[in-house]
Amino acid sequence: MVIFGMKRHVPMIDNFILTAMLSGVLVALAAGPLGCFLVWRRMAYFGDTISHSALMGIGLGIAFGSGSLWVIVVTCIFVSLILLLLEKGGKFSTDTLLGILAHSTLSIGLIIIAMQENLRQDMMSFLIGDILTIGREDLIGIGMMVVVVLGGLLYIWKPLLSITVHEGLAQVEGINVLKTKILYMLLISLLVAFAMKVIGALLITSLMIIPAAAARNVARSPVQMALYSMIMGSLSVVMGVMMSSLWDLPAGPSIVLSALILFLIGRALPKRYRL
Amino acid sequence: MPLLNLEDISLSFSGKVVLEGVSFSVHRGEIVTLIGPNGAGKSTIMKIALGLQEPDQGKVTRAAGISIGYMPQKIMITDILPLTVKDFLKMRWGVSLSEVREVMDLVRISHVAESPVQRISGGEMQRVLMARALLGHPDLLVLDEPIQGVDIAGQQELYHLIGKIRTEKSCGILMISHDLHLVMAGTDKVICLNRHICCSGHPQKIQDHPEYHAMLGRHVDGITLYTHDHDHHHDDQGNVIHGDLRDEKTCSHD
Repeated sequence: MVIFGMKRHVPMIDNFILTAMLSGVLVALAAGPLGCFLVWRRMAYFGDTISHSALMGIGLGIAFGSGSLWVIVVTCIFVSLILLLLEKGGKFSTDTLLGILAHSTLSIGLIIIAMQENLRQDMMSFLIGDILTIGREDLIGIGMMVVVVLGGLLYIWKPLLSITVHEGLAQVEGINVLKTKILYMLLISLLVAFAMKVIGALLITSLMIIPAAAARNVARSPVQMALYSMIMGSLSVVMGVMMSSLWDLPAGPSIVLSALILFLIGRALPKRYRL
Repeated sequence: MPLLNLEDISLSFSGKVVLEGVSFSVHRGEIVTLIGPNGAGKSTIMKIALGLQEPDQGKVTRAAGISIGYMPQKIMITDILPLTVKDFLKMRWGVSLSEVREVMDLVRISHVAESPVQRISGGEMQRVLMARALLGHPDLLVLDEPIQGVDIAGQQELYHLIGKIRTEKSCGILMISHDLHLVMAGTDKVICLNRHICCSGHPQKIQDHPEYHAMLGRHVDGITLYTHDHDHHHDDQGNVIHGDLRDEKTCSHD
């Protein structure tokens, strides 16, 4: 990641920085609206659970000799379904279950990865991403993921929002609660898997949560909040990648820090600009 | 053919009996009110009636193709969700904006249409929930403590509204009363629930009832007192013991 020391005067021209920014912005476009539902549903921890599962997915993929992103997607969905099953059991609160799953999957993932002797890749890149190594093929994959995720979210928008407000009411009004929840989990799994290289397992949740929270400062409807979260997320990526290239900072954390700054600016706005 | 029929419903949560052999039905144009002490299983039987909870035993039949309007007891909407009253109502699948406006007028909440749902009063929230239940032309209304937290004048108005809807749309109404003794005038059947059905029947007019005057101090239209007449009582564990033992712990809400 320490690549830019020499090029401080013209960092924006580099092609791979543009690619990095574009991939980050694309991820932010999908992460924002999905993240809105995480904060609305008070499930911020769910993002962590899924992204930590993704790390387990990476570990499993390496162990089985497959670098396919679909191994990650399948692992994430598998963990989501386990969560749904455990929730049905009812003994423990969702909060506790998420805590157990998030850290177990993280640990299992890290152990499996550590066991791979022939792995030369730095563990850090799985945790905080390595946006500057994004290639053309990654970019196409991410682009397709964004189209699918946003399309899917549009499809389940109304039922998911209804469930978020009151599950029983939604069900009585004829909404298929389980199907909607599973689809939502599937979309998050897709996002997390494809965003791995961009921002990593530890930080992807923040790209869902912080822009959404920042958007809340100025939004007046659910749709507005989703749209603003896309803008906040994209701005964070652009700011973060610039910070990273100007001052030789790791890109993932710089993006998160930028998102935090945007959130704080929103909080500091006079009340009349907020709802 | 009733809109809703429950037959011999029983349910236990981890060994604890919540409901036992509960049967009743709701017909078109009929108002059925459930009363009973806390923990009697009123909300649970309502969830079973709505299909939100599976009973261990028994059968629930809802008439084919009916539309159900449900008013939950309370609703917690997180502050981080920017949602106006109008947006909340538009969530109901397949309703038009004009229908939303019409219903808002009916329950008189048009003045808060653009307010965030988190910023309206408890009484207004009850009306909003009522409005949501009324959308989509329901054949059956299921109302969980519809007047809870509403002042006396507001209660009267809501009850009046429920009565009007029953007459105009001839839908069936199943509701839980928040009060053990007071149920809506016009209620056709009161079911007193305490895990099983303690008793059920028509409510009496309360105009001249001394207990009613003692409780409210003045005359209020639209509310009727239901007097209990049990042939059994409950012991400390809530088990049924036949016979009326006034000096023992009688049906704890009596």
